Amino acid sequence: MMARLALGAAIVAIAAGCVTINIYFPAAAAEKAADRIIEEVWQLREREGAAAQPPAEGGAK
Amino acid sequence: MNAPKQIRAALGAVLMCFALFAAAQGDLEINTPAIAAIKQSMQARHAQLGPLFASGAIGLSRDGNVAVRDASGVPLAQRAQVNALISSENADRAALYREIARANGRPDWESDVRATFAQRWIDRAPAGWWVQRNGGWSQK
Repeated sequence: MMARLALGAAIVAIAAGCVTINIYFPAAAAEKAADRIIEEVWQLREREGAAAQPPAEGGAK
Repeated sequence: MNAPKQIRAALGAVLMCFALFAAAQGDLEINTPAIAAIKQSMQARHAQLGPLFASGAIGLSRDGNVAVRDASGVPLAQRAQVNALISSENADRAALYREIARANGRPDWESDVRATFAQRWIDRAPAGWWVQRNGGWSQK
């Protein structure tokens, strides 16, 4: 009986722990995800090699 | 006596906890078909938005959107088209933020996701682009 109670308590504690962890917005993970998406949308990886020369400055003066 | 069953349940709870912990601490889920479709749409649109960013006609706003900064350099005939581009881009961005929050089981994170993106779009913007910081526009 005691063992069963202890087990039940442990399960409740673990579940409560999960809830606590998930309450907070994971800012660092979100930044990483944002960077991955931004790189894809703006194609930053390819640009570094391919278009190292920006579209001629000074021409529009 | 059904203790083994309970032990299995406890083990299951522990495993699930680790999975949730990994999800919370590691990476956000961004590999869903909905997110991929939005990304692709935004990537295709970027071919048209890129020159507008570079010329300063549009810029990155503080709220994670794209906004008109100075339309004077855009020929009158093209202004409607620029506005249409911006509203489709902002619709995609709103959908992207919403989908990321939803893919992680937390629709209420949408505004946090938007705020994170707003900061990262501005941080990652190339030199010459206009960005909105604390009220005013500034050029990177």
